[in-house]
Amino acid sequence: MSIEVSKISKQFGSFKALDDVSLVFPSGELVALLGPSGCGKTTLLRIIAGLEKADSGKILFNGEDASTRHARERQVGFVFQHYALFRHLSVFENIAFGLRVRPRATRPGEVEIRRKVHELLDLVQLDWLADHYPAQLSGGQRQRIALARALAVEPQVLLLDEPFGALDAKVRKDLRRWLRRLHDELHITSIFVTHDQEEALEVADSVVLMNRGQVEQIGAPHEVYDHPASPFVYGFLGSVNLFHGRVQGDHLQVDEHVLALDQHTLSFDTQAVAYARPHEVDVVRPGPGITGIPVVIRRILAFGAAVRLELEREGAEGSENAAAPIEAEIGRERLRELALVEGDQILIQPRGARVFPVNLADNDRAGLVKEAV
Amino acid sequence: MSLLRQHLLTRHSVLPGFGLALGYTLLYLGLIVLIPLSATFFRTATMGWPAFWDAVTTPRVLASLRLTFGASLIAASINAVFGLLVAWVLVRYSFIGKRLVDAFVDLPFALPTAVAGIALTALYAGNGFIGSRLEPYGIKVAFTPLGITVALTFIGLPFVVRTVQPVLEDLEVELEEAAACLGANRLQTFQRVILPAIAPALLTGFTLALARAIGEYGSVVFIAGNMPMISEIAPLLIITKLEQYDYAGATAIAVVMLVISFALLLAINILQWWSSRRTRKAV
Amino acid sequence: MTAAVALHIASPTRSASTDEPVVVRWLLIALALSFLTLFLFVPLATVFYEALRKGVGVYFNALQEEDALSAIRLTLIAAAISVPANLVFGVAAAWAIAKFEFRGKSLLITLIDLPFAVSPVISGLIYVLLFGAQGWFGPWLQAHDIRIIFAVPGIVLATTFVTFPFVARELIPLMQAQGSDDEEAAVILGASGWQTLWRVTLPNVKWGLLYGVILCNARAMGEFGAVSVVSGHIRGMTNTMPLHVEILYNEYNFAAAFAVASVLALLALVTLAAKTFVEWHFGHENRTNIQEQET
Repeated sequence: MSIEVSKISKQFGSFKALDDVSLVFPSGELVALLGPSGCGKTTLLRIIAGLEKADSGKILFNGEDASTRHARERQVGFVFQHYALFRHLSVFENIAFGLRVRPRATRPGEVEIRRKVHELLDLVQLDWLADHYPAQLSGGQRQRIALARALAVEPQVLLLDEPFGALDAKVRKDLRRWLRRLHDELHITSIFVTHDQEEALEVADSVVLMNRGQVEQIGAPHEVYDHPASPFVYGFLGSVNLFHGRVQGDHLQVDEHVLALDQHTLSFDTQAVAYARPHEVDVVRPGPGITGIPVVIRRILAFGAAVRLELEREGAEGSENAAAPIEAEIGRERLRELALVEGDQILIQPRGARVFPVNLADNDRAGLVKEAV
Repeated sequence: MSLLRQHLLTRHSVLPGFGLALGYTLLYLGLIVLIPLSATFFRTATMGWPAFWDAVTTPRVLASLRLTFGASLIAASINAVFGLLVAWVLVRYSFIGKRLVDAFVDLPFALPTAVAGIALTALYAGNGFIGSRLEPYGIKVAFTPLGITVALTFIGLPFVVRTVQPVLEDLEVELEEAAACLGANRLQTFQRVILPAIAPALLTGFTLALARAIGEYGSVVFIAGNMPMISEIAPLLIITKLEQYDYAGATAIAVVMLVISFALLLAINILQWWSSRRTRKAV
Repeated sequence: MTAAVALHIASPTRSASTDEPVVVRWLLIALALSFLTLFLFVPLATVFYEALRKGVGVYFNALQEEDALSAIRLTLIAAAISVPANLVFGVAAAWAIAKFEFRGKSLLITLIDLPFAVSPVISGLIYVLLFGAQGWFGPWLQAHDIRIIFAVPGIVLATTFVTFPFVARELIPLMQAQGSDDEEAAVILGASGWQTLWRVTLPNVKWGLLYGVILCNARAMGEFGAVSVVSGHIRGMTNTMPLHVEILYNEYNFAAAFAVASVLALLALVTLAAKTFVEWHFGHENRTNIQEQET
């Protein structure tokens, strides 16, 4: 089933949770709603489920308006961050709940319920836990049972609210893979909310990036990572270096230095900020004819596949670039080749930096500083 | 003092004062509560079993015990239903004056029982504000077992409200949302999700109200009429026997009531231990 | 985190899917309020109505009568002794129970609650069995001309018994929840045990303590059953206010009975107000604590 969100707005007091959001979730896809906390992603999910009422706008299921339908009539499977399993019921009865509360006319018989529940327990590979109570399960097991319970009502849509948020790192990784496999098996239209970019990029068919109640970008994981549409997306998906300056054709004038830019549409002399990821920053030893931005190496973090350099701008006192630390990522080979040690003065040359006008960048940087955890 | 520390402490602590604090606690508890209470049991023990049995199985005593427990059970049941309702309304809905109502729920704890007793009697007597309105229908409240039930309902009112209220407040909304997403209507959600979650608290409140009602004296004596075999409660019978210098008879009834009260107290403790054990691990 | 808190504060109403229909809601509210009106507000109003029915003159005369004044005096004395005694006990018990792990702790907690499970009449009876003319110490007391039963000491003892757990049961869970970190820090900084108690522990639990004292005091001044058994009902001598109410009522002096009762009802109202005030402060403090922990 496809889901269409049309011009949804929602306000809590003076806090604008969703601001005129329109989106289409194609049938059978696994989509991630990604953004910092407070960006409205959970509110959007709850509105789709019917747990929350939008102030304005419509929700369409397969093109049909479902906005006025009550949550219990939407046939939506919802998985909560903290599982929301019924403590007083066994695992079996938790999963059977949705079947037992059906109106008498459509309620399956005891044998059918039994068959169905065990089928679902097999699906989540926890059949041996049928008689246990939620309090006796681990976090990962609880979340799988919560999912089985949601699937019991044969939902047209599966909605997951930070499904792995309450789990520790290792279990989280296992469950991610498991969820992806499960989706490939069932092909139910699924939307899951997360603030973890790695999770979203790894699991989803497509990613919806949200910020301050609005959609920033939609696309396949590699698209949004490689071609961020806004400074916010740049900053949210991985670390990034910022360079303030003025656009001068194909380069940016950063104080008295120049920085080569990717293609852009900004006019000459615009105040702008260039964005470059650490692995896009080359480092060189200063020498005659070699241009770049001068920095001092503060720390060299030489573990893992790549070496990270923590750098500090030199001779930029009074410029807005002075305070911003810079991070570069280079190969081990390159480190050895240049024989870098902490305290060295070097030049950096960002490759293919993307540039955004300064007002846009400042706006979102403020948001990032506050909300990115 | 260091003796207490050595023998009782199961975990080392750097804080001082354990011996003094525990010693004083035990001394005071012993002098004020334990020794005087044990006096009743010793006094009964000197009576001998046959005499004890005779004392507590006279028709008058049996009638008073029946009345005390019957009226208490009914009152506690009324409080279970309406206490749950009041707690629900106070937690879930907003209306004008809610905070005031919330504060007033504790009135029966704060109002001296004798005051409650004479007020209820004045209200429900044949010429009272409510009594005069019920009389034409042949309903007599004051000076009947019905009046006793009314008084016991009054004094037990806060127990269920105050035990259920916090549990209802802490109940995760997600549980109800999950039920809604799974297709349950509100009544089903209440029966299958909310009620089981608050059942231990409800039962605890019920038992507390029951225990209080069984021992209650002040609010009941005025409205009861105190007719032997009909409207004479067990605590009143103890006083009557005391006034006749029948210490043994009074003590025998007291022991029966104490045993029942302790059994109820034990039940509450087991209930709380059991429910905390069951929900402790769940997040 | 900040946004999550903002969200929570901004949406006090529950979500659309877990609300009852408006009609049901109002029906339940109406039913609950009717019940409370019938069982709480009407009886309370009756006390004041009956007290003032014969006029203000009768009302104040009843309160200024010699026996009434001595009843008020005795009630104040009983409370003035039993409340501090139980306060000291409550602090000691809470210190032992909350700050240390020892064998038999849960039994001790249960025993402290015991007086709540005992009928007030029995609470009086036990002292009669000990100190009465036929009691254990009766002959000895008589020989030394010491009166406990049918005298002020008996009233104080019975009052102390029925109000025994109030302070302790407020403090124990509160101090258990607060743990011993603060006290351990104080001891490491060189504070003595008493200094730790005065400067760290008691300030931390002051609202809980006050709450317990308010409830303890209300019960001490209002106790009827237990005091009735040990008092002997000697007018002007061993009558507390609740007992005085009973005597006046049984003499069909309803106006005077309700006049004295109205003073006790006022005391109850003051208790409720103080209790609500403390709860409000207490809740406020707890909320800020939680917020501090979260941020």
